[in-house]
Amino acid sequence: MTAVEIPVEKWSGAVREVTLGSSYGGGTRTSTVTVGGETSLPFLGFEGALPHRPALAVEVVDMKPADWSPELVATWGDDLSDPANWAARAVEEGADLIALKLRSCHPDFGDRSATEARATVDRVLAAVGVPLIVYGPGTADKDNEVLVAVAEATKGEQLALGLCEEKNYRTIVAAALGNGHLVIAQTPIDVNLAKQLNILISDMRLPLERVLMDPNTGALGYGLEYTYSVMERLRLAALMGDAMTQQPMICTIGEESWRQKEGRAATDVPEAWGELAERGVAWEVTTAMTLLESGADILVLRHPGSVGVLREALDDLTKGA
Amino acid sequence: MALTGLQIYKLLPKTNCKECGFPTCLAFAMKLAQKGTELDKCPYVDDEAKTALDAASAPPIKLVAIGAGERAFEIGNEIVLFRHEKTFYHQPGLVVRVKSDDPQLAEVAARVASYEVERVGMKLRLDGLAVEHAGGDAAAYAAAVAATRAAAPGLPLVLMSGDAAALDAALSGGAAADRPLVHAAAAANWQAMADVAKKHGCPLAIRAEAGDLAGLVDLSENVRGAGIEDLVLDPGTAGLAGDLVAFTQLRRLALKKGARALGFPLFADAGAPTWQAELARATQAIAKYAGVIIIDHLEPAAVYALLTLRQNVYTDPQKPIQVEPKLYEVGSAGPDSPVLITTNFSLTYFSVSGEVEGAGVPAWLLVADSDGQSVLTAWAAGKFDAEKIAKTVKDSGIESRIDHKKLVLPGHVAGLSGEVEEELPGWQIMVGPRDAVDIPNYLKNVWGA
Ligand code: B12
Ligand code: SF4
Repeated sequence: MTAVEIPVEKWSGAVREVTLGSSYGGGTRTSTVTVGGETSLPFLGFEGALPHRPALAVEVVDMKPADWSPELVATWGDDLSDPANWAARAVEEGADLIALKLRSCHPDFGDRSATEARATVDRVLAAVGVPLIVYGPGTADKDNEVLVAVAEATKGEQLALGLCEEKNYRTIVAAALGNGHLVIAQTPIDVNLAKQLNILISDMRLPLERVLMDPNTGALGYGLEYTYSVMERLRLAALMGDAMTQQPMICTIGEESWRQKEGRAATDVPEAWGELAERGVAWEVTTAMTLLESGADILVLRHPGSVGVLREALDDLTKGA
Repeated sequence: MALTGLQIYKLLPKTNCKECGFPTCLAFAMKLAQKGTELDKCPYVDDEAKTALDAASAPPIKLVAIGAGERAFEIGNEIVLFRHEKTFYHQPGLVVRVKSDDPQLAEVAARVASYEVERVGMKLRLDGLAVEHAGGDAAAYAAAVAATRAAAPGLPLVLMSGDAAALDAALSGGAAADRPLVHAAAAANWQAMADVAKKHGCPLAIRAEAGDLAGLVDLSENVRGAGIEDLVLDPGTAGLAGDLVAFTQLRRLALKKGARALGFPLFADAGAPTWQAELARATQAIAKYAGVIIIDHLEPAAVYALLTLRQNVYTDPQKPIQVEPKLYEVGSAGPDSPVLITTNFSLTYFSVSGEVEGAGVPAWLLVADSDGQSVLTAWAAGKFDAEKIAKTVKDSGIESRIDHKKLVLPGHVAGLSGEVEEELPGWQIMVGPRDAVDIPNYLKNVWGA
């Protein structure tokens, strides 16, 4: 018999461990989620530690989404009209955490106040015990106003606040810093921009154990290869010891893949595309699996079917680790 | 593994006779290492040195062709572990498995052969069929293979059987002309399998128990010793994590350790009980190093996703797929047809042109040179600003072909409309929808088709 000498990479760096949710110091979560801590490339248990499996988040919106795919509308049904029910159902479907989007605070979609946003967050916190990610409506001014109010009202819950970008990071980081929360640092598919933002955030003294990094997701067929490569580069840099790339990575898989025509069009598409119900899930699962292979630590999903498929895949990928 | 200049120097005569055109053997060796000259410039290298140098200059992962004719595909010849280091070159073949006793075999074969989907101007297809020997004797297997070939002429095949006699019958029955991949030689039957593959001139897959890379090396040495040059390695299946580890180790051994016995494309059996689980397995195989991927489900939605992923992952990161920036006519556009502007990223262009075409409203589609970037990316990089838009309009000659002066901008750059209006005096700048899917409605409502 021939002996084969297996090449083992000796990495000097590690991804930081980040914990979402808390049950003390004001926190009321009944479960928490810890991600990160890897000292090897994804799922290569033979050369490093993979202490935490990637987590699955389900996206919940605070108003019935008007522009969502008919497949998602059919699957979630009435739960779409009530974020608390929606979140509870998502947990039943297997979500490890909830990503709540405060869309109704957007000036174009209802312009609800920060006070109303706080009430919504409270209701969702009461409905589920899992940790929460809270996204603002996505416009600079309103994001700041709403996220600051929510951060103050939920002191100690260890929420992840997003998005924290180059243009607004000061406000969001300050809100997280004062109230025991985390931030989601998003940059557009670029290693240096990601590093730069992490530096700015740590300069404000927010411990990097409270920062998730969102390298920006391109969906399957819509820029996925760029995200795949930039995440591989970020993870390699992290393992080689570059301290400003060692944040766990979060990917908004559902939002990107269900936005595309493949996730939305039920009719007037080529027969080779298959039926919308299967196609939408296929698009989400394929995007998600590809990014898991390149280092994703948290996947934000939209369809319960995808949650099931990915949960099984993760069981398999983390077996024995 | 490529040799260094010094390693090559050791193999040369070291007489510095200068006949190669270089002042010394060492100078010649250095140039050779940089691939700046050829070995046969030196008339004095002996055979031993030649063999060593040839072996060293061979690609670390052999290029293997499966099939014959127009639909044949090539795999292997990869040189990097990560796409960003250079690019991945030969996309894996996606092959659907049928059982030889499946009464629907011919029907499935025909569907696999005709499946086709278009993305960014390219036709994406499945690559072949794997006929798995399920029950029946050699003659029954040969008949199933013949039926498959009749239903899907020219489609590359993988013949899966542990029975060399059955394979010989199928190949002798005409399948050899298609140069199928023979799967698989294992420890117990490698001699007979190698004989069949050799006799019919087919590439051969070797298969070891999951986790037994040493077994794979032994098999590789044995069948190569028996004269087989085109190999595919099947490291067995061990769940997603086990497979990922095996495929990563094999790729590293070939690229970083120059392990000749393992320098061949990899075979991934992604088959699973449900199409969803199979999709997850096949996704991993595309992202991580497979050369041939077997699936069992012909679920169109999953196949479309996998073909798209393969196209994405095998796109050269240095060169986004682009179209020529110019004025395109969609349908037979006339002087009163709408004018829309977009960028020359292929994905952008085809998303928009597809929708405009689907709307049934003839239109002019003006494509600006954005270095192959999408609308927002180009806008953020300063390659699709008001100035560029105005210049594109002026240089295109569109003004002489229409009797109105209305230009539709992509909804994502609505903010540019004021500036564009300033740059293009006399033009009315209109803002279209953000997403291409909404273009048909927009055209029908606003242009009243
Ligand atoms: C992939 C990607 C890249 C790739 C480039 C891909 C390429 N070849 O263009 C890379 C990684 C290189 C890249 C780089 C950058 N990117 Co980028 N990128 C993306 C990403 C993920 C997807 C873009 C894409 O391919 N979309 C798909 C195509 C088809 O979309 P599209 O061209 O817009 O076309 C659609 C519509 O606009 C519409 N449409 C198109 N034309 C027309 C015409 C008419 C008339 C109508 C009606 C409709 C219409 O139809 C299409 C389908 O719906 C997006 C984020 C996202 N998820 O969308 C960010 C994004 C576009 N990038 C962004 C940025 C900032 C950058 C950088 C400047 C970052 C940096 N500082 O380095 C660089 C710029 C490049 C440079 N410096 O040279 C930002 C833009 C910010 C903004 N909104 O102002 C985005 C939105 C990310 C973000 N949220 O911050 N990027
Ligand atoms: S021809 Fe050959 S032997 Fe002569 S100098 Fe060149 S390398 Fe050396």
